[in-house]
Amino acid sequence: ILCDECGCFCIRRHTHGCGLSQRVSKDRSSKPVNKISAACINHIVHNGGLYKRPFNEAFEETPMLVAVLTYVGYGVLTLFGYLRDFMRQWKIEKCQNATEREEQKDFVPLYQDFENFYNRNLYMRIRDSWNRPICSVPGAKVDMMERVSHDYNWTFTYTGRVIKDIINMGSYNYLGFAQKTGACQEAAAKVLSQYGAGVCSTRQEMGNLDKHEELEKLVARFLGVESAMAYGMGFATNSMNIPALVGKGCLILSDELNHASLVLGARLSGATIRIFKHNNMQSLEKLLKDAIVHGQPRTRRPWKKILILVEGIYSMEGSIVRLPEVIALKKKYKSYLYLDEAHSIGALGPSGRGVVDYFGLNPEDVDVMMGTFTKSFGAAGGYIGGKKELIDYLRTYSHSAAYATSMSPPVVEQIITSVKCIMGEDGTTIGRARVQQLAENTRYFRRRLKEMGFIIYGNEDSPVVPLMLYMPAKIGAFGREMLKRNIGVVVVGFPATPIIESRARFCLSAAHTKEMLDTALKEINEVGDLLQLKYSRRRLVPLLDRPFDETTYEETED
Amino acid sequence: MDVKRVKDYLYWLYYQYQLVTCSYVLEPWEQSMFHTITVTVLAMVVYTAYVFVPIHVRLALQFFSQIFGPQPEEPSSITNRH
Repeated sequence: ILCDECGCFCIRRHTHGCGLSQRVSKDRSSKPVNKISAACINHIVHNGGLYKRPFNEAFEETPMLVAVLTYVGYGVLTLFGYLRDFMRQWKIEKCQNATEREEQKDFVPLYQDFENFYNRNLYMRIRDSWNRPICSVPGAKVDMMERVSHDYNWTFTYTGRVIKDIINMGSYNYLGFAQKTGACQEAAAKVLSQYGAGVCSTRQEMGNLDKHEELEKLVARFLGVESAMAYGMGFATNSMNIPALVGKGCLILSDELNHASLVLGARLSGATIRIFKHNNMQSLEKLLKDAIVHGQPRTRRPWKKILILVEGIYSMEGSIVRLPEVIALKKKYKSYLYLDEAHSIGALGPSGRGVVDYFGLNPEDVDVMMGTFTKSFGAAGGYIGGKKELIDYLRTYSHSAAYATSMSPPVVEQIITSVKCIMGEDGTTIGRARVQQLAENTRYFRRRLKEMGFIIYGNEDSPVVPLMLYMPAKIGAFGREMLKRNIGVVVVGFPATPIIESRARFCLSAAHTKEMLDTALKEINEVGDLLQLKYSRRRLVPLLDRPFDETTYEETED
Repeated sequence: MDVKRVKDYLYWLYYQYQLVTCSYVLEPWEQSMFHTITVTVLAMVVYTAYVFVPIHVRLALQFFSQIFGPQPEEPSSITNRH
């Protein structure tokens, strides 16, 4: 319901204090509320009217005992780390890590900061759970090369054996298009024999193939936008296009958990960056308000542009952006919205068109629709969709349009075929069935894990499922135990997550059959009992009700 | 069979201890060092408890019995002191 008085959204009309008119809410009238954001706490929580479907997103609090024990574990590892560093320095043991050369010794130390210490003494001990080489198509099942380490993970040797048919719970193969057979592969092979693999030029020179034009038209149609442009690399799509869109004198409002590519792009642009709390609309609204009221620091000129950077699905938390609210705020404060659909395109929404489709919104409301072909489409590259003027501008000014080699034709064909399959233009219902299968798998897998008593983060519809491990030894143990049971998982620790919130991350796929998921769940249950991972006390804390500390992002102001 | 269950349980406990203290990811010599330290500290705690707790308990009992217990007559205690 649109509030008449202040133009903001709320269910209980006029019972809240609105920021613009700075009224004091009735239920809080005993305490005078003078801070703008404090007066708006109520109506943000009750924004349900904007959503067409239930939005169930919860982050269970870390149990106190688990947090304490995690710190104890890190304490032990840190102490032993210091001991080992001491021994390396006094040549008691062989130093295998990078060190300064003899002539550099008197200069500023290069390897003494925390990250290096962490790599050397903590990460190295459980390194065997990462970067495992695989040797087959990363579909629902995958083959992995066996490797051993004889010096506690400093070096690895390959035994030459292959571990066959591991259930793949780690690839971003949401719709199962990472295949070596089927329509996509056949089409790509045909194009390969017609065009070859490389293009050897950029889009602005001799590298603009008819296939690229076809792809861009198709993607624009798929997204429901006027025009689209494709790039050869998903990461570069973010990091190279944001600098083309904003610059000095502009303001970027970025979610605190945005992907590294967005962070890099924002920094390269030279614009002022302010961070809002993860998916917290209060925090975003306060920043927007401040930006408009105060303008640029010192000069107090208004910002040239305000760009909000959000992701569709956050890959580490499994949360879905509160897009209806973001769009409402964007419209209210007349800023621009850049939506990164890297994980959500194909994986969300009844017709696989991403988070906009999921919430049933109009794609025109999002100014810059960015996404990748690397995940749901089983190919490589990224795209940007939006108004025709925007895309024409990017074609001329974007670095990855002007200087990057254009996409390889077989890859383009893989995308075209898979997008057509999702849209149902290949004359089958395979695409739609896959989107539904993924949604079913997601619900089933998440529900079962919750029932088992694990702490699972994120939205119930997100195919990214983080399972909390917390303790550093359990990261390594979980990866090893799961591999022993023929299940490939991704475990994540610092610096990708906060130091105590280590987790395992499952990515569901439409290619997973119910039997595979049941096998995986059985093994996860077993390992969960073995490692005592069932921390959940079923005390769910919705993200919005997390304490909102106004002081935490003040430091980002310049 | 019962012995096996107890053994399994003890092994499970040891595994949990390893995971929580992170000695699971330590190298064997570090592990033995860590276990030695833990065992030594624990043994000392137990020994100290064994030696000192009974004394403290006795003193505490005495103290509390003086406060709450039946008190001697006032005049007699004064006369005793002189």
